[in-house]
Amino acid sequence: MLKKTFPGLVVVAAAMFAYAPFMILDAPYESTMGLVQKIFYFHVPAGMTMFLAAFVSGVGSAVFLFTRKAWADRVGVAGAELAVVLGLIVLVTGPLWARKAWGVWWVWDPRVTSTFVMWMIFNAYLLLRRYGGPGSDKLAAAVALFGMANVPFVYWSVNVWRTLHPKTSVVPTLPAGLRGPFWFCVVAFLLISTLLIAVRAELEKRRQELDALYLASGE
Amino acid sequence: MKTLKAMVPVIVAVLLLSGLASAQQPAPKAAPSAAQDGFVPVDSPIAPGDAIPAPRLVAIAYGFIWVVLFGYLWSVRSRLARVEREIEVVSRRVASGGK
Repeated sequence: MLKKTFPGLVVVAAAMFAYAPFMILDAPYESTMGLVQKIFYFHVPAGMTMFLAAFVSGVGSAVFLFTRKAWADRVGVAGAELAVVLGLIVLVTGPLWARKAWGVWWVWDPRVTSTFVMWMIFNAYLLLRRYGGPGSDKLAAAVALFGMANVPFVYWSVNVWRTLHPKTSVVPTLPAGLRGPFWFCVVAFLLISTLLIAVRAELEKRRQELDALYLASGE
Repeated sequence: MKTLKAMVPVIVAVLLLSGLASAQQPAPKAAPSAAQDGFVPVDSPIAPGDAIPAPRLVAIAYGFIWVVLFGYLWSVRSRLARVEREIEVVSRRVASGGK
């Protein structure tokens, strides 16, 4: 199923990413930030899908910890790696926006800091998987649970603490001209993220099969 | 009890240090104009005399996103292809009796 639809869906995702800048250019400028606010259309969807990837990894890891199902472990790895990739996008595009809007590249603001911490947690997960040795899959799964638990703190940090970062009220109150391109980008990010999780989980499945083959061959 | 007494100066020192650290942290310099609660659209683009070139920042951001996302997709696909090849080799070796 995935093998048949994968190339087509990648083309659709690439087309959406190619068309998105035209929609974004057509969208009106934000009154206080001007052109640089247009980073928002990719920065926020990347953040939203990063949260989703963290949840996918956390739920997969929880299932793996309680049931030891191999598929759950694969989902955990795929989600964690995608959370790191999307986190990198968020943490790079955010400062590019901040440089203009706030006048600085980086501020140890609650939202920025908690996002950075969450990104580090998923990096720790991947490092554990890579270098942790036997049994590290279970330890890494526990780390993913902490990563997932961090998501609500990151999300509500802007409303609870004093911060420079735009609040969560921005997205639900988006004016009509800004709403269309934003949700188009969200769909594009959701599509590419789904594809990435699927193909990464498939890679992990094949690796497990390869390990089993090596064991069978006695190497 | 002795341990508790010994820990008191440590706890006091930690509290003092954390107080000092938070006192020394400079207040973030916010451009008061950056929208926090909601965005307001306008027709006119950029204020004249902008010191920081926004187009370059936006172009870097979008270019970076494209490179990272599709680069990651390419990386996963190539890792998958490598594993598939290795599976083929090992399967053949297992089938031929481990030689």
